[in-house]
Amino acid sequence: MKKAAVVCVAVLLVLTFSLSCQAETLELLTWEGYAPKELMDKFAKETGITVKPTYSNNEEIIAKLRATRGAGFDLAQPSQDRISSVQAKYKLYQAIDFAKVDTALIVPSMLEAVKKNTMVGDKSYAVPHVYGTSGLIVNRKYAPDASDYKDLLNPAYSGRVSYRLKRPTLIGVAFSMQQDPFVLYANPTSYEKLMKRVGEKLIENKGLVKNYWTNGDALLQSMRSEEVFVAMAWDNGGWKMHAENPDIDFVAPKSGALGWIDTFTIPAKAKNVEAAYKWINFMLTPENAAVFTNKEKYGTASAGAIEYYDAEVKANFQRSFSKADIDNIKWYPPVPAKLESIEGLILDKVKAAN
Amino acid sequence: MNAARSRITLPFLIFVTPVLMWLFLLIVLPHIDLLLMSFRIEDDAGAMVWSLVNYLNFFDEPVYWRTFTRTAVYAILTTMITFSVSLPVAFYITKVVSPRFSGFLSLLLLMPFWVSELVRVYGWMILLRESGVINHFLLRAGLLQRPVEMLYNDITMVMGLVYTSMLFMVVPLISVLESLDDSLIEAAYDLGGNVFSIVTRIIIPHAMPGIVSGGIVVFMLTLGNYLTPNLIGGKNSLWFTEQIYNQFIASFNWNQGAAFGFLLLILSSAMVWIGLKLTRQKLSQVVQ
Repeated sequence: MKKAAVVCVAVLLVLTFSLSCQAETLELLTWEGYAPKELMDKFAKETGITVKPTYSNNEEIIAKLRATRGAGFDLAQPSQDRISSVQAKYKLYQAIDFAKVDTALIVPSMLEAVKKNTMVGDKSYAVPHVYGTSGLIVNRKYAPDASDYKDLLNPAYSGRVSYRLKRPTLIGVAFSMQQDPFVLYANPTSYEKLMKRVGEKLIENKGLVKNYWTNGDALLQSMRSEEVFVAMAWDNGGWKMHAENPDIDFVAPKSGALGWIDTFTIPAKAKNVEAAYKWINFMLTPENAAVFTNKEKYGTASAGAIEYYDAEVKANFQRSFSKADIDNIKWYPPVPAKLESIEGLILDKVKAAN
Repeated sequence: MNAARSRITLPFLIFVTPVLMWLFLLIVLPHIDLLLMSFRIEDDAGAMVWSLVNYLNFFDEPVYWRTFTRTAVYAILTTMITFSVSLPVAFYITKVVSPRFSGFLSLLLLMPFWVSELVRVYGWMILLRESGVINHFLLRAGLLQRPVEMLYNDITMVMGLVYTSMLFMVVPLISVLESLDDSLIEAAYDLGGNVFSIVTRIIIPHAMPGIVSGGIVVFMLTLGNYLTPNLIGGKNSLWFTEQIYNQFIASFNWNQGAAFGFLLLILSSAMVWIGLKLTRQKLSQVVQ
């Protein structure tokens, strides 16, 4: 009796293990919303590969891969400015084999820019995927004049302001002080000086802040319930809110929206590299890219996708970005090492201040 | 000699090996790695060298040790409040209510812990936020003219911490109070004792092992908590654990993070030791 039970358990264990090995999987380390369910289902139907997404952010993507020295995931999606210095130091990724990427699908200028910015030695480590900007989400009913990062520090909106305690906030506020932090990237000492000034400003006006948001959905909930009028956030959040409440919209700040490109990178010890390339090409196919954009409101590097966009998506972009706003977008250059700890200390001070 | 050797039998080895493996592989080994890491820094050329800078940074930069002190003070405060809330509850369950209900009441206490801490914290946030349930009812009842933000301050944070850790104080208190002879309390009343003297001279001395073991658990849990201070405490509540997280995740400075981790370990061990000395308890008795 006992023996039979043991045998049963053993057989079951073997079965489950072998089954889980049989089904081909793709371990994807990405951002919330970057792997819509319908696309994962479609991908499984076309290729038989099941996508297993893990949702994260830039800092955690790097920390996770660093902890395992690039194992555990087949594909990751860090921003293009956070790749080269990390790769040079920790060797988390493997070089992209562009012969396996269907480069004809990708907007050429974006491909070139990402190739250049993620180059270490003579190899590039990323393929562009999603792009967007950080700027302001504003409730026009209560804050009709909010138009720049300065308004995050504007006493008129006391208790109704929200932003993340992350590096984009420091950089946005620095731009609104008529400084260009990107120029100072090469010079850590003056960068630190500038960031200290920004930190002091944030501390001085800390009383105005409702909270420092950490989760995009939670921020949208506070915008929806009209607890927050002015927030610094990503453009797609503002456009999502606009569909629900026309008073709320994304505003490209006067001193320039901050442009980012999230990429595909293949971790150094990825197990299923073939599946990773399949997913890259799948996501950049115009039809699939458009499904993603229509749902999440983010643009992608897919060249032909625009033809399949909903009218609403096009309207969003035209409403928030004039020609001048587009020219004024500040695209993140690659972040040199060491800046993170400068920013980290300042952000800690802001959070600890009373 | 022979007797000692004969005790190490095969079954004993079978049972003790997994425990030792667990302790060594999952706790001792990573800690050794972290300890070594905490003494290393990156020099200007990018090479790793031995140094005490990570520990010195802690004392040089006021934001670090202030957060550290704040965390410790709040953890002690939370432990004390948890104790004063839990003692009446435990006393009620063991002595006042009829034994038929005491099991049921303990179960009620346990129930919130069937869901994860994250869910409980979000529950509090839904109740307390400006557009939340409590504000809604207060407005409806005409008690408030405009909604009040009840989240993101220290009082709410301490309340959340007390709520999270109450169970870990109540359970040891129940188990020590069960062994308290009721006739001692009755005799005290006969001899003219009042509530205050009974609590301080009979109940608390008797419950001391339970109080200390509950106190240690609550203190450790609060000191190492991350979610509650971060979510409920919001903008004003940098907790030391969050600082460790920031060093590891945001600044990519694992060496600094490891040093902070060890400082936290030393702090909590020292506090527990002081607590044991003050209450004249022995660790071996308390953990029983």
